[in-house]
Amino acid sequence: MSKRRRASHQLPATPPAPATVAAREGKIRISTISLCGCWGCTLSILDMDERIVPLLDRVTIVRSSLTDLKRITGRCAVGFVEGGVANEENIETLEHFRTHCDVLISVGACALWGGIPSLRNSVGLGACLAEAYLESPTAVAGARPTIPLHPEIPRLTAKVHPCHEVVHMDYFIPGCPPDGDAVFAVLDDLAHGRPVDLPRSLTRFD
Amino acid sequence: MSVEFTIDGVSITAREGQSVVEAAAEHGVFVPTLCFNPERDPLGTCRVCSVRLNGHVVAGCTVPVRDGIEVEVEAPDLAVMRRQVVELLFVEGVHNCPSCEKSGRCRLQSAGYEVGMQAAEFPYRYPTREAEHRPRDLWLERDRCILCHRCVEYVRDRRTGQKIFSMSGRGEGARIEVDVELADAMPPDQVDEAVGICPVGAILHKAVGYDEPIGARHYDRIPLRERVLGDVPLERTPGEATS
Amino acid sequence: MSTLAGELLERYAADRTRLLDMLWDVQHARGWLPEEDLRALAAGLGTTYLDVRETASFYHLFHERPAGRIRLHLADTVLARMHGYAEVLAALESETGARLGEVDPSGTFGLFSTPCIGLSDQEPAMLVEDVVLTELTPQRVTEIVAALRAGRTPQEVANPRGLPTDTLEYVDALVASHVQTEGPVFFRPHTDVGDLIRSCLRMTPTEIVELVTASDLRGRGGAGFATGLKWRLCAAAEGRHKHVICNADEGEPGTFKDRVLLTRSPDLVLAGMVLAAYAIGADDGIIYLRGEYPYLVDYLDRQLRDLREAGLLGTAIAGREGFDFDIRIQRGAGAYVCGEESALIESCEGKRGTPRLKPPFPAQVGYLGEPTCIDNVESFAAVTRLLEKGPVWFNGLGTIDSAGTRLLSVAGDCDHPGIYEVEWGTTLGQVLEQVGARDPWAVQVGGPSGECVSALRDATRRIAFEDLPCNGAFTIFDSSRDLLGIVRHHLQFFVDESCGICVPCRAGNTALLQGVDRLLAGRADATDLERLRGWSELVRRASRCGLGGTSPKPLLTTIDRFPEVYRARLAATDSALRASFDAGAEVEGYAALAAGLEEERAR
Repeated sequence: MSKRRRASHQLPATPPAPATVAAREGKIRISTISLCGCWGCTLSILDMDERIVPLLDRVTIVRSSLTDLKRITGRCAVGFVEGGVANEENIETLEHFRTHCDVLISVGACALWGGIPSLRNSVGLGACLAEAYLESPTAVAGARPTIPLHPEIPRLTAKVHPCHEVVHMDYFIPGCPPDGDAVFAVLDDLAHGRPVDLPRSLTRFD
Repeated sequence: MSVEFTIDGVSITAREGQSVVEAAAEHGVFVPTLCFNPERDPLGTCRVCSVRLNGHVVAGCTVPVRDGIEVEVEAPDLAVMRRQVVELLFVEGVHNCPSCEKSGRCRLQSAGYEVGMQAAEFPYRYPTREAEHRPRDLWLERDRCILCHRCVEYVRDRRTGQKIFSMSGRGEGARIEVDVELADAMPPDQVDEAVGICPVGAILHKAVGYDEPIGARHYDRIPLRERVLGDVPLERTPGEATS
Repeated sequence: MSTLAGELLERYAADRTRLLDMLWDVQHARGWLPEEDLRALAAGLGTTYLDVRETASFYHLFHERPAGRIRLHLADTVLARMHGYAEVLAALESETGARLGEVDPSGTFGLFSTPCIGLSDQEPAMLVEDVVLTELTPQRVTEIVAALRAGRTPQEVANPRGLPTDTLEYVDALVASHVQTEGPVFFRPHTDVGDLIRSCLRMTPTEIVELVTASDLRGRGGAGFATGLKWRLCAAAEGRHKHVICNADEGEPGTFKDRVLLTRSPDLVLAGMVLAAYAIGADDGIIYLRGEYPYLVDYLDRQLRDLREAGLLGTAIAGREGFDFDIRIQRGAGAYVCGEESALIESCEGKRGTPRLKPPFPAQVGYLGEPTCIDNVESFAAVTRLLEKGPVWFNGLGTIDSAGTRLLSVAGDCDHPGIYEVEWGTTLGQVLEQVGARDPWAVQVGGPSGECVSALRDATRRIAFEDLPCNGAFTIFDSSRDLLGIVRHHLQFFVDESCGICVPCRAGNTALLQGVDRLLAGRADATDLERLRGWSELVRRASRCGLGGTSPKPLLTTIDRFPEVYRARLAATDSALRASFDAGAEVEGYAALAAGLEEERAR
């Protein structure tokens, strides 16, 4: 097996423009990440709509699915994590977020309890791999059936895990996806230094 | 006959024979419940309505009020306990709310909201349980079964009184069985009753899926707490189904 | 209809409440419980097959699948594991060809595991159908299996002299009693119970209740409810029939004193039941004998027969017109929870042992919905003696809050295991000295549902309801023992024995067991331990009956008394990953799994 090459987040990065750095001074630094999920919860973050604009006076988004930085640069006050932990890259990334964020928030069903990806837990990883790669009706005819295994492809975990079973998570926003109002309520509490208190009316498991 | 007692230090007068949770509701004190159905004898299986009575934790649905008892409902340790009981149910089975037919009208889900559950503090177990598809009109999705015993106790063959649903095994290996012959002999309104009485999405109509839009479902319209305190029917009656 | 079911329905008058007996008879005849027979029974009982299964599948001594021509149940207990369990199991597996939980390919031997069978002072031990074999060694296993294979019956192997099964000699040949003391109350010469019953019947029932009340006797099953008060409530309760039940379920791991009492002093126990019946006005009695004591059935039946012949049981007892009372033996079938009085009643009614909601209590609504007085074996025996010697004599023994004496089932690391009678108030240290414990470290007082205490720090604590309560089990561990392994074993026991009706006990005990497993694997930090303690409190306080009410105690009491044992196991907390998350284990199996699947596919 070839030696693992450097991951993209280990490659040299261009520093942000001085103007951007200056504009971020004194703001609450926030990052978001999607692990094993569908990005739906990220859309819920966008569902805060125009309420994002005044919030941006107080917060700055360091890393998001839009900027796609592989690693957070510098320390962040808040990390929003969408999706559960289903492979080793998810573990590393979540660990990185835990190390670099003061407050870590699980967003959505997959982060909270595994969600749809965790359906494989009841079936078993082996059965899933066999179904997907060995018995697949879309397999190339005549080709030797192959289960992906390569140093650059993250290995799957035996089970899909909620984020809080892997690292300590500080807050939770349930929902599939959560309402934009729920994300806003939590972010607004944090931005204004209030204790986070997601109201029952915004708590939904579906 | 009336009895006098206290809930969280407040004196209350209630009717003799009333359960603690019912007496509390009449006085504006909400105790989350799950297996309890006010129309029926209490089962005391879920323990979600745990309150403290004279220093001991009891299931509030099973204990009748008595003169002079001291009941605690709101104490922080009891709130934690009620939340943990609900969380245990969520980790013990597979409760995939986003894809469940019962979502929005599920007593377990509504209890989860009322006890302030978000993510369970217990490790999720993701069990593999066999579903039962043999009955003609309904099926049993055991992943979601919380073994509340409602179907066992409340749904009996109308002719013979025999059990249609029963339990097998014990402990973690316990599960609900259904007598296919008797289930197939149920008239349609009893099938509706069986589906309706199941507090979760474990007993389901065949050929019926997601028949109510999100936002218009039973507990979307009026949450459990408001139903209990407002004396609105707790559960969806069979006729309430849009089908 | 199967002929067997037909015979059984006739034998038990198609009485649904006798379902456990019918199931036992089916299993005796067939070796297991075939669906066909259960369906036939269900039809004859006017119920469904699944309702019969609800009962059959609840008890672990019943087999719902073919279980071998000869069925061996090896007791897996903490004490057996201290005395060669692993070697005995290995010998059993290799000699029978059956793996634990399975039947050998020829269908001859079924080898199963069972929790404590009440032989803690002579383990390893196993049930072989209706007999029991004790002090097993690999050598002995080889001989036993060879004999069975050669066609000798379990009865012939256990009882080579062919002693009649209803004799004391027979019971003695199978199990040792190891009575170490002749205390003031038990195991010493006493008045003829016939004379005692006759003299007691000259009093009014109320006077009997008053004497029992005056003695301050508290129930010996564990909870310590005042026996006199229970009898008074029962006597006052309305009911066409009333029942007296002797709780001989003795399921607490480590306890065996009721077995010894029933063996050596059955007259005291039965006389106590007769006097209770007189006191409360009962006409029906049941001894609920745990399924693990099959070798006592004929012996006790013979005692009952003798009493009937002496006019002390049956109609017009001791010539007193209107006092009719008889006793039957109800065999259990393997379920710890049936020691809980309302679960026991359900079991007597032929149902799964689900503890009932209380109130109402059995004294008001018990067996068949009628007032029922349930007491422990030792309680009944004590009643007989206190009525013989007087309540003042009785409550002069022990302490103010705990009158009389306590039988201890002593086992584990000591020179003289067996049955000891001590006055309540005796200190832990005194007992340890008396039984010859040379290097005691931890003592499980009252079994897993009791307290695990420190021999050193708790030496001056008094065995009494008000200090260190004890239901009879007294198990000693020296400093070489793996305390956390013992805790784990006990938690597994409760997981296996939970009836499953309530959430905290069913799901919570599993959470505790998994938590201890993480701890044992070095995958728990201080936060996890604190969490585990919180979950223990949840199970203890929120469960429906005493099983969940006590099941976390192995954990809670050892965290309290032996914190250093836990501290030594805690993982360091220097990583962002939680200690409980095993990142390596999660991904390291992937490559082998993928390769294995591909290889399998290629073949």
